[in-house]
Amino acid sequence: MTHYLDFEKPLADIEGKAEELRAMARNNEDMDVEAEAAALDGKAKTLLKDLYAKLTPWRKCQVARHPERPHCKDYIEALFTEFTPLAGDRNFAEDEAIMGGLARLDDRPVMVIGHEKGHDTNSRITRNFGMARPEGYRKALRLMDMADRFGLPVVTLIDTPGAYPGKGAEERGQSEAIARSTEKCLQIGVPLVSVVIGEGGSGGAVAFATGNRVAMLEHAVYSVISPEGCASILWKDADKMREAAEALRLTAQDLHQLGVCDRIIPEPLGGAHRAPGVTIDAVRTALNALLLDLDGMSREDLIRTRRDKFLNLGSKGLAA
Amino acid sequence: MNWITNYVRPRINSIFSRREVPENLWSKCDDCGTMLFHREISDNLNVCTNCGHHMHITPRDRFLALFDGGVFNELAVPEPLADPLHFRDQKRYPDRMKAAQKASHEKEAMLVAAGEIGRTPIVAAAQDFSFMGGSMGMYVGNAIIAAAQEAVKLGRPLVLFSAAGGARMQEGILSLMQMPRTTVAVQMLKEAGLPYIVVLTHPTTGGVTASYAMLGDVQIAEPNALICFAGPRVIEQTIREKLPEGFQRAEYLLEHGMLDRVTDRRKMREELIVITRMLMGMSPATWGDLPPPGPEDLKPEPNAALDDTAK
Repeated sequence: MTHYLDFEKPLADIEGKAEELRAMARNNEDMDVEAEAAALDGKAKTLLKDLYAKLTPWRKCQVARHPERPHCKDYIEALFTEFTPLAGDRNFAEDEAIMGGLARLDDRPVMVIGHEKGHDTNSRITRNFGMARPEGYRKALRLMDMADRFGLPVVTLIDTPGAYPGKGAEERGQSEAIARSTEKCLQIGVPLVSVVIGEGGSGGAVAFATGNRVAMLEHAVYSVISPEGCASILWKDADKMREAAEALRLTAQDLHQLGVCDRIIPEPLGGAHRAPGVTIDAVRTALNALLLDLDGMSREDLIRTRRDKFLNLGSKGLAA
Repeated sequence: MNWITNYVRPRINSIFSRREVPENLWSKCDDCGTMLFHREISDNLNVCTNCGHHMHITPRDRFLALFDGGVFNELAVPEPLADPLHFRDQKRYPDRMKAAQKASHEKEAMLVAAGEIGRTPIVAAAQDFSFMGGSMGMYVGNAIIAAAQEAVKLGRPLVLFSAAGGARMQEGILSLMQMPRTTVAVQMLKEAGLPYIVVLTHPTTGGVTASYAMLGDVQIAEPNALICFAGPRVIEQTIREKLPEGFQRAEYLLEHGMLDRVTDRRKMREELIVITRMLMGMSPATWGDLPPPGPEDLKPEPNAALDDTAK
């Protein structure tokens, strides 16, 4: 059962009709519906193309949060071999909202860290919907530090609504944990490449998206605040999220213009969830190219150019 | 009769209007409700004389009280793009800026200055909560970077007073990018071996707390200041329970090991002098009423601590 987003309703109708016809044909051998069904398929494809050719920023948010969109775990399983999860912050707990560990990307050992949202009720609860607590950031910090000592490039996969706003998280220093994790990103003398695969939610994303290169999937979003949060503060009405999404300029395309995103990774027609394999392959190609770009750079150069990249941000704005 | 209407009457009127009580002579403590005379408040650094509640103080007033004789050099901050996203909510961002500038008579939400405290040369930066919630946008980021660079150039400690609701939404992703940018600024200080002291004032929240405001060598807060990443309302909505009294307040953070000290604003200057002088390897301060520094004293002096390491 495909999960349709609200704006995909007309598409759901057409695809549903085609499916119905084929089901009828299966029960009744005399019926030949293939031509009609194929016509509907064609119509659906055109509609899908139209819908996705001009996704509004809010629709992009919806696609980026699509429950069937490939998540960190899917990427780790498909992209890497010998993934060896490493757990815990050595301080308080293991935070399952953050996946991390050693792995090989085309035989090359790397450290991979990412937010995992979960794919069903149980795993979403275990993963806390991809919202990390301080332990998650402290684990990430520990792993980045280890990668630095052993000369392993770090690959981070960003997909989080934001850091978890909870009582315990605050008591254990959520802000300090994020600040230290961001600081660690800026200190390591190994390549750090980040890919925003879904939602880049504020400080919770920055904490390990402060990389030498930041790539974004075509329909991924990355923002200082969620459109709903922004709408409730600036419009005093959370239902104005469409306007807020528009104003925040949170799409990969806008961020690319602003210099925050270095590379846009194309998604298959209809979004990553319609062909996860194709998406993951595109991410592999991008990761290899980005890492190749940084090969042979000295520790000092990696640190210096990473810092300069962030110091220089903000010199260009968007066209009116 | 003309001279009466044209000359005498306005004179009489002006005498009477002058006698009217000017507004804002009295204000009420936000906490205990005591009526306080404006002189009384400003002499007490905007701390209630009755209950000790710390009220808002502008960066300029803070600096006037902090620096010896109220003398400081304001540093220029590189000007960022005015409205990079062409942001518009119910108002246009440039209009909101203009309104904030008019209300505060300040250019932006952070003031940076170099000067001396107890004859200890420092660079200081203070964030202004009354300017668009003290929000961290590109200007604030540039201000912190400029402050750190100046501190490194002069070999002085940086004292930063934080106060902000968080990142400035009107600058979108570019405001979020101030988290790594300001972190780089802090690293410049650390690499130069210079102390970075953060004074967290009410309120310090969001992306500000999650970057430069939590990276100090010494973390001091003013009493009862709200210091958090996620605000109490957001947490209550998420976990659907009431939060304990004093949650996310300075004293609570001190108890949970997130701060070094909670210090009364009226004792802050003395404490900053003591700490910076020790960290800079300087002799103990001489206490007493010093005359304000002359122009000679404001010139950078060679840094003893740095010279020692150079040997």
